Amino acid sequence: MMDLRELYQDIILDHGQRPRNKHAMEAPSHFANGHNPLCGDKITIYLKMEGDRIVDVSFEGRGCAISTASASLMTEILKGKTEAEAQQLFHAFQAKVTGGEAPAPDEALEEDFERLDPLSGVKAYPVRVKCATLPWRALEAALKSGAIGATVKTE
Amino acid sequence: MTTSAKLREIVPSDAFDPRRIRRDFPIFENNPGIVFLDTAASAQKPASVIDGIAEFYRRDYANVHRGVYRLSARSTELYEEAREKVRSFLNAEDSSEIVFVRGATEAINLVANTWGSAFLKAGDEVVLTELEHHSNIVPWQMLRERNGIKLVVVPIEATGGLDMVALERLIGPRTKLVAVTHLANATGALLPVEKIVKLAHEEGAKVLIDGCQAAPRMALDVRALDADFYAFSGHKTYGPSGIGVLYGKRALLDAMPPWQGGGDMILTVNFDETTYQETPHKFEAGTPDISGAIGLGMAIDYIEAIGRNRIQDHEEKLTGYGVDVISAMEGVRLIPAGQRRLGVLSFDVENVHPHDLATILDQHQVAVRAGHHCAQPLMDKLDLAATARASFGIYNDESDVDALAAAIKAAQEMFAR
Repeated sequence: MMDLRELYQDIILDHGQRPRNKHAMEAPSHFANGHNPLCGDKITIYLKMEGDRIVDVSFEGRGCAISTASASLMTEILKGKTEAEAQQLFHAFQAKVTGGEAPAPDEALEEDFERLDPLSGVKAYPVRVKCATLPWRALEAALKSGAIGATVKTE
Repeated sequence: MTTSAKLREIVPSDAFDPRRIRRDFPIFENNPGIVFLDTAASAQKPASVIDGIAEFYRRDYANVHRGVYRLSARSTELYEEAREKVRSFLNAEDSSEIVFVRGATEAINLVANTWGSAFLKAGDEVVLTELEHHSNIVPWQMLRERNGIKLVVVPIEATGGLDMVALERLIGPRTKLVAVTHLANATGALLPVEKIVKLAHEEGAKVLIDGCQAAPRMALDVRALDADFYAFSGHKTYGPSGIGVLYGKRALLDAMPPWQGGGDMILTVNFDETTYQETPHKFEAGTPDISGAIGLGMAIDYIEAIGRNRIQDHEEKLTGYGVDVISAMEGVRLIPAGQRRLGVLSFDVENVHPHDLATILDQHQVAVRAGHHCAQPLMDKLDLAATARASFGIYNDESDVDALAAAIKAAQEMFAR
C-alpha cells in the first residue's frame, strides 16, 4: 500500500487549503467550465490573453484537495506563458499523472513543469487522476472556446 | 436446491450476530480487514446465492417457458418459484403482479413508458420529492418531453424530512401519480409512505414507491401499504445484479400496454396482428435473466431465514449507534434525515472534501461512497457538491462504525494544518 503522504504532500495540502489565484475575473478573454460528474466537482478557468500570451489566469469553483491544488499550481505557472507553451505543459502533465507518454516540455519550461511533480502521486490512485487533470482540461477548453465559454466533463 | 437446509445450520435462531453472518459472505474472507460500509450502493452476496447460481447452471439450466423437455420445465419451475418468493417477500396478492426487470431503474422506466404513456396527458401532474434518486426523476422528465405532463416537487424540511404540509398542499385533483422513495438513498430518511399513499388515494392518484433501500432493511407489505407500484433492485437486496422487481396491482398491470416486444411476451404473432401474453409475461420480452431471478429468490430465502424484523431491528440499532458516534465528532456534520433514519449516514467533514476523505478512508480499509449519490437536486438543496455516505448491511456491527470514526479522525489529522 502506498503511503498517503505521497498523495497528500505538504505542497498539495497547502495549495488545496490556501489556493492561489482563486477568484472570478472581470471580462476574461477566455473561460471554460470543468465538471466531474463522478464527484460533482466544478471549476471555472478564466484567462486574459494578449495576443497569444496569457497575461492573467484565475479559477473558481469547489473541489477536492487534489483538483484545487492542481488548479492553484496551474495558475501559478501559466502566467506569462504563450498558448503553445500552455499546450505543451498540459500534454506533459497529463502524461505525468497517467503514466502515459508525451514529449518533455522545452528546456525553458522545465522548472515550471517540475513544480507539478507533487501531483504525480495520483498515478497510484486511478480514480483520482481526473481530479488532477480537470483544471487542465478546462484550460484547454478555454483556449479553444475564447470568450464564448465552454463546458468539459471528465466522464 | 439444498440452500434452505444449509441456512438453518448457519443462522442462529437466538441472537442476531453480524460476526456469524459475515462468515456467510465470501467477500470478507477474500478481503480480510475490509470495513464495508457501502451496502446502499450494492450489497455483498451470501455464499448461498453465489453457489446457488452456479449450481443452477450446473444442474437445472435451460431456457424458460419454451421447451417441452423436462430440463426446460425444471428451469421454468425454478424461475416461477422465484416469482412466488418475491410475491411472498412483498406480501403481494398474486405472483402475476410480480414483473422481473433489470433493476428498479428499469421498473420505473417501464411504468413511465407504459402506464405513463397510455394514461397521462398534457397538464396531468406527477408529484416527486427532493429526496429522489435520479432513477425516479429522469424517466418522468423524459415522459414530460413526450406528452407534456407537469412535474411537481415536494421540498424537504431543514431537518431533512419530507415537508408533509407541502405534500398535502401539492397533491391535488390534477395529480395522477405520486412517485416517492421509501427510504432516501442519499440521507437515510425513512418516509411515511403509508400516509403518502392515503393522501394520494384521497385525490384519486396512484402511488409508485421506490423501495431500493427499504427492501433489504425492513419487512414490506404492499397490500397493507396499498401501494399501486413498488420497485426494488436485486443487487441491493443481497441478490445478483441485473435483476429487479416491479410490483403492480393486477388491474393496473392488466390495463397497461406492453413495453418491449419480442419472444415470450406474445400469444400469437402474424404480420397483421399480434396478441400478447397475460401479466406479468407481457412485460418480459425475450429470454429473461433466469439465473438472476432464481438468485434473487435465494437471497430472499437467506433474508427470510434471518428474519426481516430482526434485520430491521439490527439496522435501527446500528444506525442509532452511528448517529451517536458521528454526531459526537468535532468538525463532522451529519446530514439531517428527518425524524426517522434507517441504514444510511451521510456526512460532511469540515475542511476535508468527501473525495479526499474517501481516498483516506480507503487506505484504512473503510469503504464508503463519496459523491452526489445520484441525487444532484438534493445536493443542490443542501448546498453541497457531495457528501460521504456510510451505509449498513446485515454483516456490519458497531466495530465498523468505530473503524469509520477512527479513519475520519486520521483524515482530520492529515488535513489539520
